Amino acid sequence: MKRIVSGCRILVATLREIFDEAAYARFLSRAGMASSSQAYAAFRREFEEVKLRRPKCC
Amino acid sequence: MNKTLAIFGWAAVALLGAVAVGAVALHRGEPINALWLVTAAACCYALGYRFYSRFIAAKILALDGLRATPAERLENGRDFLVTNKWVVFGHHFAAIAGPGPLVGPVLAVQFGYLPGTMWVLAGAVFAGCVQDFVILLFSVRRDGKSLTAMAKDEIGPVGGFVAYVAVIAILIILLGVAALIVVNALKSSPWGTFTIAMTMPIAVLMGLYLRRIRPGKVLEVSALGFVLVLAAIWGGQYVSQNPALARAFTFSAPTLAILIMVYGFAASALPVWLLLAPRDYLSTFVKLGTIALLAVGIVALHPTLHMPALTRFVDGTGPVFAGKIFPFAFITIACGAISGFHALISSGTTPKLIARETETRIVGYGAMMCESAVAIMAIIAACVMQPGIYFAINSPAGVVGQAPAAAAATISSWGFPVTAADMQALAHAVGELTLYNRTGGAPAFAVGMAHIFSHTLGGDALMALWYHFAIMFEALFILTILDAGTRVARFMMQDALGHVYKPLGRTSWYPSILATSALIVAAWGYFLWQGVKDPLGGINSLWPLFGIANQLLATVALCVATTIIIKMHRAKYAAVTLVPLGWLVAVTFTASWQKIFDPSPRLGFLAQAHALAAGPATSATARLIFNNRLDAAVNGILVVMVTLVLVESLRQWMAILSGASEARVKESPFVRTRLAEEQG
Repeated sequence: MKRIVSGCRILVATLREIFDEAAYARFLSRAGMASSSQAYAAFRREFEEVKLRRPKCC
Repeated sequence: MNKTLAIFGWAAVALLGAVAVGAVALHRGEPINALWLVTAAACCYALGYRFYSRFIAAKILALDGLRATPAERLENGRDFLVTNKWVVFGHHFAAIAGPGPLVGPVLAVQFGYLPGTMWVLAGAVFAGCVQDFVILLFSVRRDGKSLTAMAKDEIGPVGGFVAYVAVIAILIILLGVAALIVVNALKSSPWGTFTIAMTMPIAVLMGLYLRRIRPGKVLEVSALGFVLVLAAIWGGQYVSQNPALARAFTFSAPTLAILIMVYGFAASALPVWLLLAPRDYLSTFVKLGTIALLAVGIVALHPTLHMPALTRFVDGTGPVFAGKIFPFAFITIACGAISGFHALISSGTTPKLIARETETRIVGYGAMMCESAVAIMAIIAACVMQPGIYFAINSPAGVVGQAPAAAAATISSWGFPVTAADMQALAHAVGELTLYNRTGGAPAFAVGMAHIFSHTLGGDALMALWYHFAIMFEALFILTILDAGTRVARFMMQDALGHVYKPLGRTSWYPSILATSALIVAAWGYFLWQGVKDPLGGINSLWPLFGIANQLLATVALCVATTIIIKMHRAKYAAVTLVPLGWLVAVTFTASWQKIFDPSPRLGFLAQAHALAAGPATSATARLIFNNRLDAAVNGILVVMVTLVLVESLRQWMAILSGASEARVKESPFVRTRLAEEQG
C-alpha cells in the first residue's frame, strides 16, 4: 500500500513538473507572491525566456 | 541464494529474448503475432539496461554518487533544481518523444517488419541509449553545458560551429517535413481539418482560463481542453456529412500549406501565453495519454502482423521512398533508434535537474529505451493492416497512378492484393473520401491505431472516431513542434544576427521578431512547398534529408563523446561510442552519396534534375530542377561540415594517444555532495 501511495505521489509530481505547475509553485515561493493573474503573468514572462529557447525533439 | 536466483532469472530473460528475436527474425510465410515483437523488445531492453548500461556506468563513466551535480551546486529554483529521478525521467521522456519514432518506422515498414524492428532494438541498445546516456553525464559534469558548447571545448571551434549549423538545418528541414505530414493527413479531409482547426480556439480558451480564471492550474485546464478536443472530434463527423460545412473545411494540399505557414508565423510572433503555451500543454497531455493507451491496446489485442518480414522492396524499388535497405532503413527510422536531436535535450534542461550522477543511467539510457518502445508500437500499428492497403495509402500518385482502379492494379501486381472496393470500404469506415496517396506515414499510422483501438474498445462502429482521434493526436503534436520549433529557430537566428547588428538580437524588438519569424517560416515553408508540389509526394526527398541531417548531428555528438572518453584515459573502452559512430558515418555518408549522385532519378537529386531538364518542359520544370539541386547542395554542405568535425576529432585522438598532446578534460571541479550526508 505504501508503495502504491509513493508511486502515485511520484506520478503526480512528474505531471506537475511536465506541466510546469511545480515551476509556478517555486516561482510563487521565491517571489513571495500569492497566486493571481498578475503573478502568473510574471511567471510566464520569466519562464518563457528560459523555456522557449529549448529545442523540442523530433 | 539471491545471486543464484538472479543468475537464473536473467538467464531466463536472455533465453526468452533469444527465442522471441529468433521468431521475429526467422519466421517466414505465415503472419506472426505482435506479442513476439513486444517480448523481443522487452527482453532486449531489460538485458541492455541491466548489463550494457551498467558496464558503461562502471567501467567507462565511473559514475560517482558522491560528486555534487550542477542541480545541487548551482540550485536557483529556476533551471537548476534537485529533482526526483522519476520526475526527471518523465520530464526527459516527454521532451524527447516527438513524431520521429512514429513516422519513421511506419515509412520503413515498406521493407517489411524485420529490418525496422532489428534496427530499432539494436540501434537503441547499442547506439541511441548510449549516446543519450553519455552526453547527459558529460553535460552534468560540465555544469549542464550544451552539446554545441561541449563540442567547442572538447573538439575545437569547428565542432561548435558545425553543431550550431546542423541544429538550424535540422530544425528547418524537420519543420518543412513535419508540416508536409500534416498537409498530407488533412488534405481533402473536412473532418480532420475541422478537428485541428478547433484546437486553436480551444487553446486560446485554455490560455485565457489559465491567465484570468485559474492561474497556473495547467493540468486542470489541459484535461478540460482534452474533453473539448474529444467533442471537436465527435462533432467533426457532422461537419463531414453536411455538404456546405464539408466544403468549407475541404482544402487542397497547396491551400493547407499556405494556411500552415500563416499559422507558423502567427504562433512565432504572437504572445506565447495566448496560443503556443496552452497548445503545448494540450499536445503533451494527448501525447502521453495516447502512447500509454496504444501500449495497453497492443498488449490487450495482441494483433497479427500481416506485413511480411521482408518485402521485395529491399532492392530499393519501393514506392514509399527510394533506396535500398542499406542505408535507407537506418536513415528512415531516425529517432526510434538514435537521434542527434536527443543530444540537445540531454545537454539542455535535463542535466540541470539531475540530483545524483548515478541517476543519469535511468534517465539517459532508460528514457531512450521508452522512445524505442514507441517506435516498436508504430511498426506494429503499420503492420496490422493488409500490405496492399499500407502501400495504397503510402504510395504517391506519381508511382501508382491517380485513378483508384489503376493504383489498386499496380499495387496488386507487386504481390500485395488490394482492390478499389477494399480501399473505398476502408475510407468509408474511417469517414474519409479517399485514403489513396496519403504519403507521410501519419494516415497509415492512424489507420493502424484505429484498428487496434476499435478492436479493443468500441468495435467497428468507432473506427472513424478512433481514426480521427489518431489524426488529431499526430497533427496536434506535429503542429506544436512546428510553432515551438519556429520560435526556437527564430531565437537562434536572433542570437546570431545580434552579433551583426545589436537590436536584431533583442527578442522583444518587434521589427526583429517579425523579420526573423518571416525568414524562418520562409525557409521551412520553402521545403514544405517543394514537398507539396513534388510529383513523387515530397516524402521521398525530404524525409531522407531530415534523417541524414539528424544522424549527422548524432555523429557530432558521438565524436564529442569519444573525444571525452579518450581524454578520460578510457581509450580501451572507446569502442562503445566508436562503433556506433563508425556505423553512423557509413550509413549517413553512403545515403548522402546516393541521394546526391545516384544515377536513378527516383533516388539521386542530381539525376532527377538531369531527367527533368532532358524531359518535356512545363511551367514547373525550372523550379523542380532548382529544388533538386538545392536539396543536393544542402546535403553536400552538411556532409562536408561533419567531415571537418570527424577530421578534427581524429587529429585530437591521435595526438592524445601518441602522447603528443596532453589529455585534459574540461570538467567542473569535484565537490562532495551534501545530499549523501543528508540522506545518511
